[in-house]
Amino acid sequence: MIKHLWDRLIRPIDPWLLLFTTLVLILSTILLFSASNRDLDMIINKITFMCIALTVMWLVANTSQQTLIRLAVPAYVVGLLLLIAVALFGDISHGARRWLHIGVTKIQPSELMKLALPMMLAWYFHHFETSIRWKHYLFAAILMIVPVGLIMKQPDLGTSLLIASSGFYVLFFAGLSWKFIGLLGALGGGLAYVVTHWNSCINILHEYQCRRVATMLDPMQDPLGAGYHIIQGTIAIGSGGIFGKGWLNGTQTHLDFIPERTTDFIFAVFGEEFGLLGNAILLILYLLLIGRGLIIANNASTLFGRLLAGAITLTFFTYAFVNMGMVSGILPVVGIPLPLVSYGGTSMVSLLTGFGLLMSVQGDRKLMKS
Amino acid sequence: MSQGEIKNQHRERYAFQLRIIAAALFVLSLFALLFSRFFWLQAVQHEKYMTLAEQNRISLVPIPPSRGIIRDRNGVVLAHNFSAYTLEITPSKQTDLEETIEQLSSIIEITAKDKRRFKKLRDETRDFETLPIRTRLSDEEVARFAANSYRFPGVEIKARLFRHYPLGEIASHLIGYIGRINTKDLEQLDEDGVAANYRGTDHLGKIGIEQSYEQQLHGKTGFEEVEIDSGGRAVRTLRRTPPVPGSDLTLSIDIKLQKVVEDLFDKRRGSLVAIDPKTGGLLAMVSKPGFDPNLFVDGIDPLNWNELNTSPDKPLLNRATRGEYPPGSTFKPFMALAALEGDFPLTRQTISDPGYFIYGNNKFRDSHAGGYGSMSFDRSIVVSSDTYFYQLAVQMGIDNIAKFMATLDFGNQTGVDLNGERPGILPSPEWKKKRFKTPATQKWYSGETVSVGIGQGYNSYTPMQMAHATATLANRGVMFRPHAVGKIIDPITGTIKVVEPQPVKTMTWQSKNVERVIRGMEGVIREGTGARSFAGANYLAAGKTGTAQVYSLKGSKYNKNISERLRDHSWFIVFAPAENPTIALAVIVENGGFGAQAAAPIARQALDYYINGKLPALPKATASSVPQAASAAEEAVGD
Repeated sequence: MIKHLWDRLIRPIDPWLLLFTTLVLILSTILLFSASNRDLDMIINKITFMCIALTVMWLVANTSQQTLIRLAVPAYVVGLLLLIAVALFGDISHGARRWLHIGVTKIQPSELMKLALPMMLAWYFHHFETSIRWKHYLFAAILMIVPVGLIMKQPDLGTSLLIASSGFYVLFFAGLSWKFIGLLGALGGGLAYVVTHWNSCINILHEYQCRRVATMLDPMQDPLGAGYHIIQGTIAIGSGGIFGKGWLNGTQTHLDFIPERTTDFIFAVFGEEFGLLGNAILLILYLLLIGRGLIIANNASTLFGRLLAGAITLTFFTYAFVNMGMVSGILPVVGIPLPLVSYGGTSMVSLLTGFGLLMSVQGDRKLMKS
Repeated sequence: MSQGEIKNQHRERYAFQLRIIAAALFVLSLFALLFSRFFWLQAVQHEKYMTLAEQNRISLVPIPPSRGIIRDRNGVVLAHNFSAYTLEITPSKQTDLEETIEQLSSIIEITAKDKRRFKKLRDETRDFETLPIRTRLSDEEVARFAANSYRFPGVEIKARLFRHYPLGEIASHLIGYIGRINTKDLEQLDEDGVAANYRGTDHLGKIGIEQSYEQQLHGKTGFEEVEIDSGGRAVRTLRRTPPVPGSDLTLSIDIKLQKVVEDLFDKRRGSLVAIDPKTGGLLAMVSKPGFDPNLFVDGIDPLNWNELNTSPDKPLLNRATRGEYPPGSTFKPFMALAALEGDFPLTRQTISDPGYFIYGNNKFRDSHAGGYGSMSFDRSIVVSSDTYFYQLAVQMGIDNIAKFMATLDFGNQTGVDLNGERPGILPSPEWKKKRFKTPATQKWYSGETVSVGIGQGYNSYTPMQMAHATATLANRGVMFRPHAVGKIIDPITGTIKVVEPQPVKTMTWQSKNVERVIRGMEGVIREGTGARSFAGANYLAAGKTGTAQVYSLKGSKYNKNISERLRDHSWFIVFAPAENPTIALAVIVENGGFGAQAAAPIARQALDYYINGKLPALPKATASSVPQAASAAEEAVGD
């Protein structure tokens, strides 16, 4: 009986993923205490969300791959419908139409799409496992472009790029030709060049997006406006030095110089208070998580599992890289939280759901072995 | 499952493994890029960012010092500070200033006067400064604004120290006032290298003691090193360098004497300067009319300003140091002394005085029509014989006169500790050469010397100069620099710095010459033109009346119906007691007529008040207003 319960409930949990996740979460809670200026309410909130997210992760981890495969298409369709609904009747907040009112609460459908799209694409390639042709990549690209386009229209450049990249990772693991990847890379580089060097980039991107890119290249162009975040972020990190100013001692942080210091810019707090050493530790923890994810992907029993696990892992990496890159001033400012560290329930739930999916993939393999 | 499929599967697994390895390399290389960025920022460029972070968070907030208090010689407060709330607007932070003011006036009463004053302040200052729209708010008004403050960004209530002049108009020209620092002041402060010491300070002394002792009164601005957040709000104080309050000043002025004299002037225009001859300390410095210096403190209302500025009475003119008048007969004692010192023969002769003096083609009229017959040197001072001094001047020559008078600071600043003192005009051929442009006008005509002898012509001096010369004479040639401030007191240590009465110079006058002139001036008081005003005095004074011509009468008889503004100025110089003087003064009453009519009675009462501590019991008519008709006795002795 106990063995059965163990097998049923606990065994699907991947101990390594759980360990690394827990370490990052503990670190992030300690950091939030400082970043929020010892706001206990925020800590309690964060812990509450952590419990919810871990529970969701556990539930997903206990879901069989077969169920996940069956859920892939409906999740995608629902997600897409919600995105269309947002475009039509969404709430406008901070100049963006991202939220949808459902009764008492409002939801952000793009969050759902973050997992639904890679699931959908993994399902698609899994379905044509034995006979993947170029036309399948083309159709997959269409499945990808529709939601990405809708999210970009909201406008939410960060999320749309993240979702696009998660879709691309599925294509990559599904065997998209290296030549094509090289071509995409060249196109991307060319587009980046045009965006940054061609004045009428406004036609392609929203004006604020252009500004962010231009500002990233030269933050002093607008030191009190768009460049402010980048300047203050780099000052915070740089002034942290090798060992950091110490927990709760970040002057940039505590004097309100860091905007959004509990959310998107929390890494500036981290860099300031824990220094290069702290940054290295965080990078290693992320690497361990990503490494574990890639191992799970590599060992997955089905193509669906391999593609899903690989895409989720690389998407997680993308979050981490883009956020740290933006706060340290090598990438333009896009609204992407630092995974597992930034304050915010939705992001944590969706990330840990992703880890739950990884565990589910891993668990199936264990079941097959036994 | 066929063999082929399994083989195919193996190939696929191998291809996927390659992709995983590629992904891992991708991840590793980008994380390496991040790490190298962190290394660059945190190890290589750490110093730079550390400095930037320091600059970011520390701000120096100036703490203005409190301004020194001004008191008179007996400790009566003439200028002090009080704290009050002001409602201040930063124009640069307003999108629609008019609208903001409109909205504000629904909460706090803002009068048209406040608005005018605010507009004037805006014109004078830079936009990013905060300017008061209302001052001296009541507690209720403060509370009302506080409840609504969220509606008014860039509007705030500040507790400020205000300057207050409790005596209002009394001694306004002497004490001066403070006003807001304007763009011109700022340039000056920059030039003087003291601009930093004025950070956080809105006001500085504009005229009077407030201006000339600005440096001592202001003190030293302190600083607070505060940690600020990005919004500029102070979070906590790191270090504090307290301000050094400005020094308190004790004046040599006796404000009661000052007030007595100002009351005596009443509505008349003029000036009185009283000096303690033993120290050079000013006992009173009156310039009438005055103004209320309190009007200037928060920025003067343009209406008030216009009124003061355009008034024909010129209330803003400090007549004591900037009003230049011909000295008239008050010049004679100095002429007499110059003649004695130069040992000119006329001083040993008695001349015939027909009531006029003919020089070249000109007839110089004596104010005493008909003349006195015979006239001696000593008598000429007592009765103020013009004829005698015409001849004396001609005998001495302009160069001798100018040389002697220059030693008494005529035509030069006395060096009183008030800014903007005018030098007056001591006529001489050199002066004329400098003053005029064409050779014809530059030439000195010997006929011009004649008028100089009786204090007319180009002669033009300030009451300060007259009082200064009188004090030097009273002191038998020992000259002190006139000064209004007696002590400078450090408010923290209590250290008193006495403005040392060091003699500027001692004249080489022969004592018998000085005494002879002073005897003549005693005669003026005893039996001459000052006799009526000094009747019944319990001390012996030495003085001289004077009448400064405003309008040349060209030989015609003095007409009493002449327009008031064209009437002669009434002068009187005096010191007392004659043997050991404790006070020397000069009075001028503009358009007061003969010196004996208007100026001498004021001098008498000032002396009585200073020496006896009370005013003399004189008939009202003589004490204050201008007598309509001079008495027969006065007419008999001229001015």
